[in-house]
Amino acid sequence: MKLRIQNGRLIDPSQDIDAVTDLFIDNQKIVAIGEAPEGFENADIVDASGQWILPGLVDLAVSLREPGMTQKGNIATEGRAAVSGGVTTLVCPPNTRPIVDTPAVAALIQDKADEAGMANVFPIGALTQGLEGEQLSNMVALTEAGCVAVSNHRHPMANTKVLSRALEYAATHDLLVVFHPDESSLSEGGCAHEGLMSTMHGLAGIPEEAETIALMRDLLLVEKTGVRAHFARLSCAKSVEMIADAKASGLDVTADVAIHNLLLTDQLLSRFDGHYHVLPPLRSDEDRLTLIEGIKAGVISAICSDHQPHEKMAKIAPFAATEPGMANIEILLPLSMQLMDEGDLDFSTVLTCLTSGPAACFGLEAGSLSVGSFADFIMFDSTVRWAWSYETRKTKGHNSPYFGEEFIGRVMSTYISGQRVYQAV
Amino acid sequence: MMRSEPRALQLNEHGQLKHFLTLDGLDKTILTEILDRADSFLSMGEQSVKKVPLLRGRTVVNLFFENSTRTRTTFELAAKRLSADVINLNIETSATSKGESLLDTLKNLEAMQSDMFVVRHSDSGAAHFIAEHCTPNVAIINAGDGRHAHPTQAMLDMLTIRRHKGRFEGLKVAIVGDILHSRVARSQLQALTTLGVSEVRLVGPKTLVPSFFEEMGATICHDLEAGLKDVDVVVMLRLQKERMKGALLPSESEFYRLYGLTEETLAWAKPDAIVMHPGPINRGVEISSEVADGDHSVILNQVTNGIAVRMAVMSMAMSGQLQRDDMPVARGEK
Repeated sequence: MKLRIQNGRLIDPSQDIDAVTDLFIDNQKIVAIGEAPEGFENADIVDASGQWILPGLVDLAVSLREPGMTQKGNIATEGRAAVSGGVTTLVCPPNTRPIVDTPAVAALIQDKADEAGMANVFPIGALTQGLEGEQLSNMVALTEAGCVAVSNHRHPMANTKVLSRALEYAATHDLLVVFHPDESSLSEGGCAHEGLMSTMHGLAGIPEEAETIALMRDLLLVEKTGVRAHFARLSCAKSVEMIADAKASGLDVTADVAIHNLLLTDQLLSRFDGHYHVLPPLRSDEDRLTLIEGIKAGVISAICSDHQPHEKMAKIAPFAATEPGMANIEILLPLSMQLMDEGDLDFSTVLTCLTSGPAACFGLEAGSLSVGSFADFIMFDSTVRWAWSYETRKTKGHNSPYFGEEFIGRVMSTYISGQRVYQAV
Repeated sequence: MMRSEPRALQLNEHGQLKHFLTLDGLDKTILTEILDRADSFLSMGEQSVKKVPLLRGRTVVNLFFENSTRTRTTFELAAKRLSADVINLNIETSATSKGESLLDTLKNLEAMQSDMFVVRHSDSGAAHFIAEHCTPNVAIINAGDGRHAHPTQAMLDMLTIRRHKGRFEGLKVAIVGDILHSRVARSQLQALTTLGVSEVRLVGPKTLVPSFFEEMGATICHDLEAGLKDVDVVVMLRLQKERMKGALLPSESEFYRLYGLTEETLAWAKPDAIVMHPGPINRGVEISSEVADGDHSVILNQVTNGIAVRMAVMSMAMSGQLQRDDMPVARGEK
C-alpha cells in the first residue's frame, strides 16, 4: 500500500530535517521525503497540514506486565497505551512472571505483541536465572529468541564475582548489558530519596550512594570486561558526572533517565502520596537539573516513560507500603516537551532522546524517518489543549499523578510500518 | 523550617482542628490552645467524678496496628473521661494479618459508624492516608506513625515543660539518643520550634542523628557534654536493641558510656533542668535509675499530662468535625 503524508511539518533530528514537506511510504517503508519517487502513483493521501510528523517514539522502559501480572496490565492494553502516546517501539524488562530467562517467555511476549498489532516490542532477557543473581542465564539463546539485551533489572547479584563473570560471558558474545546501578545493601528498605524531605517525614531513605557506588563498580567491570553497557534510569547528579567521565575516557557506554526524574523532585513527598513512589526515587532539584544538563551535553541519550502500570490497590496504602512506579506512557511526549521550559532544552534535543537516541543505545532500527526505514511515525498537534483523564486512559494502570492534568500538544495518530494503529478521537 | 501540606488536611474551613495528624503546619495559636485546654483538664483527674460529657454519644475506636499498651491506655482513659464509648482494636492480630488491606479494614470500621479513630501504625504517613480515605466526619488522631510523627506525645511533653518552666521562650532543650527512628523527636522538634524555644539540640552519633535535621531548625551535637551544656530540658529517647543489629551502634554499653544520662552527665545541664522520657525506659541503657527516679525526673508527670493532652486534642478535633455537620454529606458517602 502506498501512502502520501502531505504538507506536514516533518521533524527528524536524526537527519537534521525540520521542514513542511511530504512523506512517501510504500510497502511499509519510507521511500522518499519531499518529491514523490518515480512511479509513485495511486497512493492514499493524508493531509497533515498544521501537524508535526515525527519519528515514532522509542521507549526503553515499558513494563507490559504480561506474563504473570495481568491484573496490572497486559501486552494488548499497554501496547495500545504506547501507541496512543506515540511510542512505536518499546523495550520491556525481564521481570515478568515467569521471568524472561528462557527463550519460550521471550517468544511468548513477542507473539502476544504481534497478535496485539500495536507497538514493536523488544524484550530484555534476564542476566541470571530467575534474576536471582547466582546462575548465569542462557544469554545467547535469549538473544537468539529476540531479546535485545540482558539485565538483572533491579535485582541484586549474589556478589561481585558473579557479576564480573556474567559481564565477561556477555562480552564474549557481544551482548548488550543493561545496568540499574543500585547497591542493595544501601537502598534496602528505603522508599524515598535520603534528604531533608524523607527525614522530615520519617520515610526510610535511599542515599545517592546506593546508585553511585554501584555505578562506579559497574563502570570498573565494564572497563575490565569490555562489555557493551547501558545504564538505565539514572537519578543522581553524581551519576551524570561519572558517565561523562567514563565516556571521556573512551568507554562505550550509554545512559537513560525516566521522564519523572527530569520533572519531579522529593518535595512532593510532603503529600505522602504513593503515586510519587518510584524507584529510583524522585531526588533533589539539584539532581534533577543536573540530569537535564546531562541530556543537553549528550551524556544521557534517552528519556523513557519507565511505564509501570499497577492495579488500583497497589497505590492505596501508606507511602512506603505502595508499589513503586508510574504509568505515564500516554503522555511521554507532552511531558517531555515541558523540559523545553524547565531545562532550556530545544525540541530537537528532546525529540532525539525520545527517538534516535534510545534506538542507538540498543541498536534498534527505529527512531528515524530516513529513506529505507520502516514507516513508524506520529502526527502530532502541538497546539491542541487536552486533559488526560483516568476515564479516557488507555493503560490498564491506575497509577499516574497526572490524571486530570491539561497538556498542550497531543499525538493525533500513530503509524507503524505505514499502518495507522491509533487515531485520537 | 520547611512547611508541608498537611495543614490543609487537618484543619477545617474555620481553621479548627478536625484531625490531629502532625504538628507540621500547625501554628503557635493552635498549639497553645491545646496546652490551655489540657491544663483545664488536668485538675479533673483529681476529682472523684473524672468525666465531662464532651464526647457523650460518640464512638472512639483505638485502632492500633502496632502494639503500645501505654499510649492505647491513655487514649482510652482520655476518651472515657470525655464520656465517649471506646472500642479497642488490636489490628496487628486481626484482619490485616489475614491479608485484608488497610483500606478494606477502614471501610469495615466506618460501617460501624465510628466518630473518631485513634491510629497507630508502623508506616510513616499512615494517619494521613486514613484521613484522606476515610468518610468525612470521622476525626483521625495520630497515635504514632512509623518514624514520622507522634504529635500527642510531643504535646504532652510541651505541657510538661510549660508546667515546670512556665514558658518556652529562652529555653534550651536537648533530645538525646535515636533521633533517626524517632517519631517523638520529630514532633518534639516541630513543637519546640513553633512554641519559640531558643535552641533544640539533637544529641547522638552520626548514625542516629543525620545532618538533615539541621535544616529542620535543630543544632546537632555528637558529644553529650556539648549537647547538655546549660540546657533547661533533657529528653532521653528509648534505644531499641535492634539498632545494634543494624550496625548503627556497636553496643548498648558503649552507647550508655557515651550518651547515657547519669547523675554525672546530668550535671552538665542547668541545676534546675528537668529530665523527660517518652517511655518505656531502658534503665542502664539510655538513663540511669538514679536519674530516672531522681528529683529532676518528670517522667511520671508526662504520663499524667498525656491523658489531659489527649482529652484536649480529642475534644478539639471532634468540635472541628461538628462544624461540618451542616454539610450535605451523608455518612458513608465521599
